[in-house]
Amino acid sequence: MRQLSRRDALALASGAALTVTGWSTGASAAAKEAAEQITKFTGGKTAEKGKISIELPEIAENGNTVPLSVTVDAPMTADNYVSEILIIADGNPNPGVATFHLSPLAGKAEASTRIRLATTQNIIAVAKTSKGEFFTNQKLVKVTIGGCGG
Amino acid sequence: MAEKPRLKIPKEAKKGEVIEIKTLLPHVMESGQRKDKDGQTIPRKIINKFACEFNGKPVFTANMEPAIAANPYMQFHAKVEESGTFKFTWTDDDGTVTTAEEKITVS
Repeated sequence: MRQLSRRDALALASGAALTVTGWSTGASAAAKEAAEQITKFTGGKTAEKGKISIELPEIAENGNTVPLSVTVDAPMTADNYVSEILIIADGNPNPGVATFHLSPLAGKAEASTRIRLATTQNIIAVAKTSKGEFFTNQKLVKVTIGGCGG
Repeated sequence: MAEKPRLKIPKEAKKGEVIEIKTLLPHVMESGQRKDKDGQTIPRKIINKFACEFNGKPVFTANMEPAIAANPYMQFHAKVEESGTFKFTWTDDDGTVTTAEEKITVS
């Protein structure tokens, strides 16, 4: 290994500091926007934690395509069903991922797709029932290679 | 948009059965985040909406953001009480609409 000169070391350190600050502001801005989108979805109501299971790999080697599956443990009858499911990724440049709208014809409150993740982050799912109840859950996913190009 | 959607859906089912439907449309889903080699941002071009109807009644709709991976894949369910036709629609940012239909016999 090559020994670092004083100049190299300084350059490296300032570079690292820049990266860290840049990243943290980006991340907190995304997290703030994520929270705003959730509030908009629930209309300010507090979502009860639980009833949703989120299936994701613990470690996603390629953020370009990460399999995601959400299941809400709730009935799907004509007068009581899960009508909407919001998916948020709180570390992406745009935290919104998708909103699923279901009708009682869907039979099961479950959907799967494949998503893009820029970095290690939380995936948050919020479900709305036809009775106006809200449920939420989240899962952390580690991303080895981000999927937002650039 | 010459790409043909791929569908996986049973041809027959029993009355009241909950069937699984898998759909995929080949599409780049350009996120609007990427830059080309000259540093210019590649404009966003995604499928922003997917919808599934059965005999004209909505079953499942997805509003999609650029965080949906290329070749958008959707898996969901439908409870079938009668024979009929599933209609699938994908809407592109540029307004292009791709549709597909699949019949099912319910006994």
